[in-house]
Amino acid sequence: MLEAKMGQPIRRKEDQRFLTGKGQYVDDLKRPNQTYAYILRSQVAHARITGIDISAAEQMPGVVAIFLGKDVEADKIGTLPCGWLVTGKTGPMVEPPHPMLVTDTIRHVGDSILMVVADTKDQAKAAAQACVVDYDMLPVVASIAAARAEGAPNVWEQAPGNLCYDWEIGDRAATDAGFAKAHKIVTIEITNNRLVPNAMEPRAAIGEYDSGTGDYTLWTTSQNPHLIRLLMAAFTLHVPEHKLRVVAPDVGGGFGSKIFHYAEEVLVTWAAQKVGRPVKWTCERFESFVTDAHGRDHVSTGRVALSKEGDFLAMDFDTHANMGAYLQLFAPSVATYLYAPLLGGVYKTPAIHVNVKAYFTHTTPVDAYRGAGRPEATYLLERLVEKAAREMNMDSIEIRRRNMITTDMFPYQTPLAFQYDTGNFQATLDMALEAIDYKGFEARRKEALGRGKLRGLGFSTYVEACGIAPSAVAGSLGARAGLFEQATVRVNPTGSVTLFTGTHSHGQGHETTFAQIVADQFGIPMENIEHSHGDTAKTAFGMGSYGSRSLPVGGSAIIKATAKVIEKGKKIAAHMLEADVADIEFKDGNFTVKGTDKAKAFGEIAFAAYVPHNYPLLTLEPGLEEQAYYDPLNFTFPGGTHIVEVEIDPETGVVKVVDVAVADDVGTIVNPMIVDGQIQGGLAQGIGQALLEEAAYDEDGQLLTASFMNYTMPRAGDFPFFKVGNHATPCTHNPLGVKGVGECGAIGVPPAVINSVLDALWSLGVRDMSMPASPQKVWRAIQEAKAKGTSADAE
Amino acid sequence: MENFVFHTPKTVADAVSTRKGTSGGKFLAGGQSLIPVLKLDLAQPTDLVSLAGLKKELSYIKVEGDELVIGALTTHADVAGSDVVKKIIPSLAVLASGIGDAQVRNRGTIGGSVAHADPAADYPAAILALDATIKTDRRTIKADDFFKAMFETALEDGELITEVRFKKPEKAGYLKFNNPASKYAIVGVYVAKYGPNVRVGVTGAATVAFRLPDFEAALAKSFDPKVLDGIKVSEEDLVNERDAKADYRAQMVTVFAKRAVEAAH
Ligand SMILES: Cc1cc2nc3c(=O)[nH]c(=O)nc-3n(C[C@H](O)[C@H](O)[C@H](O)COP(=O)(O)OP(=O)(O)OC[C@H]3O[C@@H](n4cnc5c(N)ncnc54)[C@H](O)[C@@H]3O)c2cc1C
Repeated sequence: MLEAKMGQPIRRKEDQRFLTGKGQYVDDLKRPNQTYAYILRSQVAHARITGIDISAAEQMPGVVAIFLGKDVEADKIGTLPCGWLVTGKTGPMVEPPHPMLVTDTIRHVGDSILMVVADTKDQAKAAAQACVVDYDMLPVVASIAAARAEGAPNVWEQAPGNLCYDWEIGDRAATDAGFAKAHKIVTIEITNNRLVPNAMEPRAAIGEYDSGTGDYTLWTTSQNPHLIRLLMAAFTLHVPEHKLRVVAPDVGGGFGSKIFHYAEEVLVTWAAQKVGRPVKWTCERFESFVTDAHGRDHVSTGRVALSKEGDFLAMDFDTHANMGAYLQLFAPSVATYLYAPLLGGVYKTPAIHVNVKAYFTHTTPVDAYRGAGRPEATYLLERLVEKAAREMNMDSIEIRRRNMITTDMFPYQTPLAFQYDTGNFQATLDMALEAIDYKGFEARRKEALGRGKLRGLGFSTYVEACGIAPSAVAGSLGARAGLFEQATVRVNPTGSVTLFTGTHSHGQGHETTFAQIVADQFGIPMENIEHSHGDTAKTAFGMGSYGSRSLPVGGSAIIKATAKVIEKGKKIAAHMLEADVADIEFKDGNFTVKGTDKAKAFGEIAFAAYVPHNYPLLTLEPGLEEQAYYDPLNFTFPGGTHIVEVEIDPETGVVKVVDVAVADDVGTIVNPMIVDGQIQGGLAQGIGQALLEEAAYDEDGQLLTASFMNYTMPRAGDFPFFKVGNHATPCTHNPLGVKGVGECGAIGVPPAVINSVLDALWSLGVRDMSMPASPQKVWRAIQEAKAKGTSADAE
Repeated sequence: MENFVFHTPKTVADAVSTRKGTSGGKFLAGGQSLIPVLKLDLAQPTDLVSLAGLKKELSYIKVEGDELVIGALTTHADVAGSDVVKKIIPSLAVLASGIGDAQVRNRGTIGGSVAHADPAADYPAAILALDATIKTDRRTIKADDFFKAMFETALEDGELITEVRFKKPEKAGYLKFNNPASKYAIVGVYVAKYGPNVRVGVTGAATVAFRLPDFEAALAKSFDPKVLDGIKVSEEDLVNERDAKADYRAQMVTVFAKRAVEAAH
């Protein structure tokens, strides 16, 4: 048994229940006399509804009620709010309403038309399908290109040219000056493919209303139940917090898609009161594909100005981001503040300018998805840097080293608002090169060629921003909420601890990591600690889990709360041991009087706090429970190097990932096993984006990849064992020195994959590759290069 | 999914007569194709006639003369793991081991696969290349007469496959190019050599499995992958989808045919 200390690879406590099928997910819950809801989704992308006939459906067996958009409106239910106001060059973003159920216009495949509530799910579904919706088809814009085309139809009247905002950051004049001095300018145009999050557990929600007390309860698949309650109280359901309980029990993955406030959460809770019975809704997989917020979907141009020696003099980026049909909760910030500042990367480029235009299209809304903005930035920048190396005839590593921020430069102020507190990009680069056996690569390439296969090696040196977010900074940039975190440490009378957090664990292993921190602080065994989260009736408040914030922000709140407990414990101990508080030390679970063997164990102090017979009651309250809020001082900046080695079969175009070596700096590590797991999962997702996954729409706005038959999810068997290395430079501004690890795998690796594919194909004359690098696409690129007759030698 | 009446006959005769008595019934074997079809509401059978009770009668692998005989309810996993199959037609065990995933192989049956005639299923390539005969409750059907079109076979309404008989080749090989998402075949090529004759069965590439006479003739002259280099596969009847366009599939037929010849043993 490992000691419950920081830095120990302790096995995840929660896995016992998950691996034995004892997890309790929303769909596992059954409320007494529960009804089932089915929501009719639009099959077309853009249409005006001319009539809805529910008369036949209403007569069908088991039907309890059918709700239309006008019923929702009549009850003054609000529309789904957007949580971030981006102000662009010409003013605030266009912010159209996002109704729970549409009333007149359908704006994407999957848009919600009506909800049937029935005794069984099958009855609800059958009745929904018996509702007759008449509509007139309207013209569709299903891509950024279509949205920008001359004379394109508008998704929203109030957004001419489908433009949501036109925003910029950086010093235009300084950037232009850098380009004016350039020895060479390298340009790249790339698309960041749209992704469907596909959490293993589909979304679900149960609403319940107690007519005796007037209390509402919502069970939902959420990463942040308090945020959902706040939004429902303030904007949508208009039931105040003290009458509304939101519970997010075990949640089977989110990756961002379960941050957002979805219509179903409001509809089931509202309907429960209307029908006088609990209402349950569980998403089907096809519905997930078209109603869970998607990720990515950018089209960008990047330019770098280089000196003769290969120094980056300036960079300039122009990005078009697809918002989908509505603005999801954080969408406007994902394409701006979580994206553009990261285009500085690990480099000391003195001047950078970024322009972002966001567009509406008739597609499912896009929002934060593992990495949220930072993968898009890393992909653009690291592809550009690689291309610059090729065009400058420089080594890929050399150009990076030459331009990298060095350790003596921290804290480093970037030209794009961020101040990196610490890091060591050279160290992680060296580690990853060693792990992949960089020196042996040419021999491996030759060996593969002997077998008719093409090997490539690709790099990505990245930095990202986590620990979202300093509230004042976020507020000044348009955030409409605070982004602190809260924790409560309740020491029970016999010395065990119940920890309540506002962060929510849905795969991250908080129940272990957080218990480990508390165990380490108090010197008590792990099994004496229980972690409670996900229930607004239990936890005071919190903003939830996303943006790799749970440990840097939530963990900091835990540390603050445990420190308060220890401080109070010292006062109790001083009284019991008849010593001065200043002389009390706390170590390894014991309060001792400095320089003596007089001691009280943690459990004895807890007992005294609740059985205060010998207690300083005049100066100290009984009980031992402390709460802390933590608002971070800055973002945290994890970073590192990801290297991918691929082998391509030129006859089929199949890209096989043969080796992946990464070295990340995520700050101090509490549990290395969990950190490795997070990085490996992120890598699988990142390589998935690069090679397999694509949410592809046709011109009519139909999602062509709306099932697992043609949307390729990464599988364990697709990958080699990842070599995961760490090099920690502790964060300088939070108490644990942690930076966050949830997203860096997915952020760093996609450009390494594509750079590797291009490296493999370079000698054949292939010069560009988009994600996902599917076999057919790679094969076609090879055929086209052959037809053109270009080759490295010919140039 | 619509409601249906569920029947559990115990013998072949019983199953066939039960099925005959229904207006729009279907046999249910491993359910690996039929259940997804029902869940997506692509079919609404009035009755499901479960073949589970026929397992004793129809699950077997045996050798009769120069034929490998497999009962209709034998699962893909049984074929993949069978020492008899590995000895007599090892490439058929390879084929079965590459179907779907472990769960699919543990439930899916050869009879169900052949009857379903999915254009991207693996067995149809084997049926054609290994000159199989399909035995039913009422007759035997030759390989070349069996597959008619996408999801369409020579089976009459209510006709039950009881066994599949494969001719033992001198050597044979099967190679499949997986669709990365579904793992079904984008292209699967089965090559089998019978003395002076060679049979080539292709699945995945078109809406129905087919043979390639040009390849067969060339390989009959010389069983060497190189002889296929100059022969162009027509794109005309091939599936042309976003995942894999016809020109790509045509090229992959050649690549995988060559590799199947190389792998043949
Ligand atoms: C995730 C997944 C992946 C798959 N991947 C592959 C793959 O890579 N390659 C591949 O080839 N297949 C694949 N399959 C399909 C699988 O092989 C099925 O098992 C097979 O196609 C059907 O066999 P079954 O026993 O499950 O038949 P069922 O699904 O029970 O029946 C299929 C059809 O055949 C009829 N039928 C069944 N038995 C008989 C019989 N004895 N006589 C007459 N009619 C009968 C039924 O009425 C029904 O119409 C996959 C399936 C899934 C779910």
